[in-house]
Amino acid sequence: MEIFGIPHQAFLGQIMLGLVNGAFYAVLSLGLAIIFGLLRIVNFAHGAFFMVGAFVAFLIGRDLGIGYWPAMILVPLIVGFLGVVFERVALRRIYRLDPLYGLLLTFGMVLVLEGGFRVAMGSSGQRFATPEALRGVWNLGFMILPIYRAFVILVAVVVCAGTWIVIEKTRMGAYLRAATERPELTQAFGINVPVLLTLTYGAGVALAGFAGVLAAPIQQVSPSMGSDLVIIVFAIVVIGGLGSVFGSAITGLGLGVIEGLTKVYYSEASTTVVFLVMALVLLLRPAGLFGREEG
Amino acid sequence: MVALLLSPAIKRSLLALLLAALVAVPFVPEIIYPIFVMKVMCFVLFACAFNLLLGHTGIVSFGHAAFFGSSAYITGYALRDMGLSTEIAILAGVLFSALLGAVFGVLAIRRQGIYLAMITLALAQMVYFTFLQAPFTGAEDGMQPIPRGKLLGLIDMNSDLSLYFLVLASTCGGLWLIHRIVNSPFGEVLRAIREHEPRARSLGYAVNRYKIMAFALSAGLSGLAGSLKCVVFRLASLTDVHWHLSGDVILMTLLGGMNSVFGPAIGAIIISALRHYFDALGAWVTVAVGLIFIACVLLFRRGVLGEIDHLLATRFASRRIVKEQKNAQI
Repeated sequence: MEIFGIPHQAFLGQIMLGLVNGAFYAVLSLGLAIIFGLLRIVNFAHGAFFMVGAFVAFLIGRDLGIGYWPAMILVPLIVGFLGVVFERVALRRIYRLDPLYGLLLTFGMVLVLEGGFRVAMGSSGQRFATPEALRGVWNLGFMILPIYRAFVILVAVVVCAGTWIVIEKTRMGAYLRAATERPELTQAFGINVPVLLTLTYGAGVALAGFAGVLAAPIQQVSPSMGSDLVIIVFAIVVIGGLGSVFGSAITGLGLGVIEGLTKVYYSEASTTVVFLVMALVLLLRPAGLFGREEG
Repeated sequence: MVALLLSPAIKRSLLALLLAALVAVPFVPEIIYPIFVMKVMCFVLFACAFNLLLGHTGIVSFGHAAFFGSSAYITGYALRDMGLSTEIAILAGVLFSALLGAVFGVLAIRRQGIYLAMITLALAQMVYFTFLQAPFTGAEDGMQPIPRGKLLGLIDMNSDLSLYFLVLASTCGGLWLIHRIVNSPFGEVLRAIREHEPRARSLGYAVNRYKIMAFALSAGLSGLAGSLKCVVFRLASLTDVHWHLSGDVILMTLLGGMNSVFGPAIGAIIISALRHYFDALGAWVTVAVGLIFIACVLLFRRGVLGEIDHLLATRFASRRIVKEQKNAQI
């Protein structure tokens, strides 16, 4: 069986790969959008915290013998804590300034983290073993599906849905939405907005760290693993519209698939297709697919 | 302000002194390495060209490496594969990057501020991948060795001395042009857009056209810097188009001070020197550059030149107040 002249094995395989990439895009752009929504800061360091997440998982596995499953809980906590410290020490001081300073400050953080890990761990990639329960493949009859990749997609969907529920259905989420709309008024109601900002940054960054743990068994764990990814995620957030938390997650998954399909039909363009889509969206709908028009 | 505090005569003689020192450089290679000075001049031009957008129009582009790098590649292609003479190769690079800048401008100015920065970053990444895959760029290895060619088909650029003066003349020409642009009526309009865009628009200026023009000019001059670097090092590589370089040029500008014409030049000198003299420390340099970035944003946003200005200005102001108080008492 062939689909547009491509064997359907390859076709489905690439869609699968696309979905896996899309899962990472979705989790990362979700965190980016939450942070931007409340703090008005475009967190350039998001990719770097993703990298830190993968490295922490690798290091605690190697040196402390902590396995994959505890790492899934521990690593986001550690990365989130780093984020909290960074917010308290540095980010906090520039909220009153133009948001561009936030971009520049977090860019400086990228250099510090990437350079630091390069000094400590070298530039080459480290291998991280897939947990035993998730090794092997499922033969679905029409295609071979590595179990770990299916797991990544599932977890990403669960995490995105869970985040959505927290934001929409819980008291904490209500505070978050209120502070996003009217920070001063929310503060006047006796809600501690500065602490909320700190926690939000920590949580957003923890999501990035979590994505890092997910990625560790698939990708090489190296200091530069997050740096190209973060720019794709930026493009996705522009396409989805920065105002919309959920829109960017959906856009992430969708673009992963588009990227996969491009690999099948015209592989030379697969690295640029996301940016092409971004240019197109900007021409037709400058505010993004799910975004509202604002400055 | 420093500019205001110094008399034109002092300024002119300082400039002459600097120029004389630069002319003397290739004759005293034991004091300072001429190739390094050429590299610094390229980055000085790059940072000042970038500041046309950042400081004078209020547009943050996070994709300037695309202009610098693509111009380097085009110049390299013209020299190596087409065998053109040096000045035509450089001109081709400049034209290409100016055009690319206009395209970036048309797309990016559909949004503002932070969105615009992200869009330029994404577009530049697209350029990066295009050059990674184009057949003539040598992908990860870069394009090398590129012959330096002959200027006007006559002067052999393989002599470091003639090359040095080509780079010096081009850099001075570029900087002079930037100075002229900034102090022209066109530059005034750009500043008006920076300060209050709706007002500039209501005064009847075609704001978008001005912005795209500023993009193209800034990109073209950045391209000149890239072409020169390509000729000097006989190399065009992916580091020239990588977004780390876009970040570097922002840092240079921020560090030097973006509210002046030549502040970014000081930033460019500091960062290039840091990278050159501490190269042996490897990734530690990246960490240091990151820390400088953070310090710049948190502590001295005016930049080196801006802070000096501020210091002088407050001192003069307080002295004047003391004087006035004395007069008042009498």
